[in-house]
Amino acid sequence: MQSSIWLVPGLPLFGAAVLLLAGKRSNAWGHLLGCLTALASFALGAGLFFTMLGKHGAERTMHQHLYSWVPVPGTGANVFQADVAFQLDQLSMVFVLLITGVGSLIHIYSIGYMGHDPERRKFFSYLNLFLAAMLVLVLADNYLLLYVGWEGVGLASYLLIGFWQHKPSAAAAAKKAFVVNRVGDVGLSIAVMLMFVTFGTFSFGGGGWFGHPTANQAGVFGLAHNASSGTLTAIGIMLLLAACGKSAQFPLQTWLGDAMEGPTPVSALIHAATMVTAGVYLIVRSHAIFDLSPDARLLVTIVGAITLLLGAIIGCAKDDIKKGLAGSTMSQIGYMILAAGLGPIGYAFAIMHLVTHGFFKAGLFLGAGSVMHGMNDEVDMRKYGALRKYMPVTFGTFFLGYLAIIGCPPFSGFYSKDKIIEAAFSKGGTSGWILGGAALLGALITAFYMTRMVIMTFFGEKRWAEDAGGHEPHPHESPLNMAVPMLLLAVGSVGAGFLFNLNESFVKWLEPVTGPREEGKLPGGLNSTTMSVITLAAVAVGVAIAVMQYGTRKVPAVQPRGSFATVAARKDLYGDAFNEAVLMRPGQYLTRTLVYTDNRGVDGAINGLAALVGGTSGRLRRLQTGFVRSYALSMFGGAAALVAAILFAKL
Amino acid sequence: MSSFPWLTTLGAVPLAGAAAVAALPKEKGELAKRVALAFSVATLGVAVGMATQFKKGGDRFQFTESHQWIKAFHINYGLGVDGIALVLILMAAVLMPVVLLAAWNDADEAQSAGKRSVRAYFSLFLLLETMMIGVFAATDLFLFYVFFEAMLIPMYFLIGSFGGPQRSYAAVKFLLYSLFGGLFMLAALIGLYVASGKHLDASTFDFNTLANAVASGQLGISPGLAKALFLGFFVAFAVKAPLFPFHTWLPDAAAESTPGSAVLLVGVLDKVGTFGMLRYCLELFPGASRFFTPLVIGMAIVGTMYGALLAIGQTDIKRLIAYTSISHFGLITLGVFAMTSRGQSGAALYMVNHGLSTGALFIVAGFLISRRGSQLIDDYGGVNKVAPKLAGVFLIAGLSSLALPGLSSFVSEFLVLVGTFERYKAVSIVATTAIILAALYVLWLYQRTMTGPLKAGLEGMKDLHAREVAAVAPLLALIIGLGFYPKPVLDVVNPSVKTTLSHVQKQDPAPAVNATQTLPKVDSK
Repeated sequence: MQSSIWLVPGLPLFGAAVLLLAGKRSNAWGHLLGCLTALASFALGAGLFFTMLGKHGAERTMHQHLYSWVPVPGTGANVFQADVAFQLDQLSMVFVLLITGVGSLIHIYSIGYMGHDPERRKFFSYLNLFLAAMLVLVLADNYLLLYVGWEGVGLASYLLIGFWQHKPSAAAAAKKAFVVNRVGDVGLSIAVMLMFVTFGTFSFGGGGWFGHPTANQAGVFGLAHNASSGTLTAIGIMLLLAACGKSAQFPLQTWLGDAMEGPTPVSALIHAATMVTAGVYLIVRSHAIFDLSPDARLLVTIVGAITLLLGAIIGCAKDDIKKGLAGSTMSQIGYMILAAGLGPIGYAFAIMHLVTHGFFKAGLFLGAGSVMHGMNDEVDMRKYGALRKYMPVTFGTFFLGYLAIIGCPPFSGFYSKDKIIEAAFSKGGTSGWILGGAALLGALITAFYMTRMVIMTFFGEKRWAEDAGGHEPHPHESPLNMAVPMLLLAVGSVGAGFLFNLNESFVKWLEPVTGPREEGKLPGGLNSTTMSVITLAAVAVGVAIAVMQYGTRKVPAVQPRGSFATVAARKDLYGDAFNEAVLMRPGQYLTRTLVYTDNRGVDGAINGLAALVGGTSGRLRRLQTGFVRSYALSMFGGAAALVAAILFAKL
Repeated sequence: MSSFPWLTTLGAVPLAGAAAVAALPKEKGELAKRVALAFSVATLGVAVGMATQFKKGGDRFQFTESHQWIKAFHINYGLGVDGIALVLILMAAVLMPVVLLAAWNDADEAQSAGKRSVRAYFSLFLLLETMMIGVFAATDLFLFYVFFEAMLIPMYFLIGSFGGPQRSYAAVKFLLYSLFGGLFMLAALIGLYVASGKHLDASTFDFNTLANAVASGQLGISPGLAKALFLGFFVAFAVKAPLFPFHTWLPDAAAESTPGSAVLLVGVLDKVGTFGMLRYCLELFPGASRFFTPLVIGMAIVGTMYGALLAIGQTDIKRLIAYTSISHFGLITLGVFAMTSRGQSGAALYMVNHGLSTGALFIVAGFLISRRGSQLIDDYGGVNKVAPKLAGVFLIAGLSSLALPGLSSFVSEFLVLVGTFERYKAVSIVATTAIILAALYVLWLYQRTMTGPLKAGLEGMKDLHAREVAAVAPLLALIIGLGFYPKPVLDVVNPSVKTTLSHVQKQDPAPAVNATQTLPKVDSK
């Protein structure tokens, strides 16, 4: 089984390659091959999972070395050696199952969703590429190979967000996502370089934490405790920068909302199973670094807390159902980043929330897609209303996802989010109170905007009318191949949290990787139960406000002007405006000035010099005749110099 | 087989081809193309055959040949290749058939207008190939200089006779710059020759003799003279590469030449600059190289950022690509002068990868331009809709230029950055931010030309046809193949770099912390 690890990313990569190279010839069966490779990869992942279950202790970490990739031995002790080699441990396993499982469901859903698109085959090749890249990312046993998967994910998202490239907005959104992600990549590059000059390696080196039986001295994790805390903090901050790009965390969050330009299954894939989860993976995977750097961890928690509030606030003001969900993703990933930054008391919960979120967010996005599918691609929730009567399956699954995300017991989000809030308070000190408070407030806002979304979409009166083309939508339930994935994801939204929490199975599963979980201590006489009650109360308040505002009053079909705060939230709290004013405009002026000076200044100076040497500047431009003369002159000059030198040297 | 004159054969095949093509009657344009292609493929065959004979752990210079040429000045016809020269020759040999295929119809119009001939165009390409092989294969400095200057002649005519409306201006500018640089090198060359006569038994132009004498201390040139001689060589190479601020001839030359000529100009000819720095500047003048390192690093980092920023602001597709190359040459130079194994192996690999990726980019841009007759970005838009294959290939070439991990240029760019980081952290961090600019200039170009609604005048634009696919497919295959498996190139490049580093008396810095250290806390600074 161990020798087949490479096939987990290999199968979808093969699918992508075949579909791209075969071109139109594969139009008829392309989507089937795409689903097949995704499912096969999932089956293989499941097989590996059971193999892993059959093993014990350190043996559970499986390795596969394929070949030497970038060897540069050098002159000293510092050997640069990057390999194409995979490591499958408990953490990677969780991701493999999530990526291929949820990914496969999204593939199947896309058969129906993209059924009318002439480029469906291309769409499936990109989906396959996305899975392959994400799988390389989580299976790599060193940071340079991880980088390949990391950027592969960036490429696949670029292709998918810009899938409808004839729309200028889609093309612009795709470019933006890639460029913003590149800012994060600078962080990853520098982190890897720092690791190399510090440790002489960028391999994980097995195990996850110092003292772990498989941690060895040949890898970063085994050597981390030897480095200075300044270096570790620098590496940690650079890894955080990388995570901010991929996971759309503050201050690199602006690409996520625009990324909704892609077809809806893409959003589901980006938000649930791949891409944005990569940043969380990177931090948890690198916890050996973060464990030793409290400063870096503190920064991680701050970024997480800011983003979880930022995303939630943005989610409140959006009328576009997909953009509302995008704000929600930003916020939920913020929870995970916060948990990861909490260190040993939070790593496992970060991953647990990531998995439960994978289920319910994928379900919510597919539900949103199903609504759009039935509503002539309308995304404005103000033009929905009362859809529960027309789309019972979509409503049912969406509602279960809703219960999960707001953290209603016993749905899956309850277990994972509750633990994160508790862990944040347990951090202790002032920062614990602030972080815990932010997480708690986030739960309230989440309950508000999700309730708002559900009411505006499925309850109240119908508000749709003829669209610009004169077609009145006829909302209808989606076909079976779209409904079944939604149903399966709903099962996950309902049961995953409970299962994971049974005997703390999830935490124990990850323990060999993330290290023994430290039990935090809640401050101020709080205990686990009172904490849950407080959280639930916050959720209830959020739900109640939303019901009062949208359930009991009529929702206007046209967006009201809104207060200053609402307008700010609609504009993503001016993230784009900030970037434009601070980065893009000055950048444009800079390039324009440089282009001008390069033509007039640098070139002009040299032309002027040439003119001085050659006599008149006209000669340079009128050339041919001038050229022959100057060429001859230089040849002559050269020959003369040669002769003179030889004579001088008396040869 | 060891005595078989591989390199002479390799240079002779395209030369014979050039003669054969030139001898054809003017009307037989199609035949001229075919004959030229056949000769270029034969050259590639010889090059590959030679590469298989190269011994990885063997002597530094292999396939050596030496014949007396000008006895009075101890000038020899001396040839031989080390790993770096070998991969660069292979790269040139790969690019030539690709360029010929891509340039297939470039000269047809000129010929039917009665101005130029197809045979001349193709003959010049093959003549240029001989020079390119010669310049990398020469081990005698005078022979190197001859090829270095002689290369200009076919290139001058390729730009000046077959290029765009401003071709004459561009060609002269190119020539003047190169000659200007070349004269400095000539003077330095003579100086070195004279100096060698004073310190050695006999004056010589033989690189190996000189480099070994320098390394052993036998050739003790005074530091002041060494610095002057270094500058002589360096200016020639900096103009050729081109390095900021000697770069302004390149955008004009690239924009006005045909895409095929641009590929060879930027992809191969300019590499002589960085190749020369690595081999000649560093090994002949190690002390001066170390002395000037801060200056060169400064020029390189400025050029890296400057080229990238200017690329973003361009309105002409080919000028844009030219500026990206200025940025990339900055990075290659950075790698060379970082004086680390990673930097220099990365730089050598970068030279190959840049040839492939910029080659692909120029060629595909050429396909696009030939369909519309305009180089202006604003004249395009939505091309993906009518020519998806062209758009796809353009994207892959662009992604290779922005060094996407998984493609070949990533490996070399990362090695250069990490090699620089080993010695100059701040410089490397600044250079790393260039990857953001690279994403901007490539993807913005793609966005403006390929996406959005179809621009008026592009309706019915044809997608790539078989000949065009055949031209770019090998490049894309190599770009992807070397991205996942660069080891064959690195394996031959690494030993050469090791020699260079030992000649310049530099060691790779050791890691701050390693497995043998058991101290609990070691400050890495």
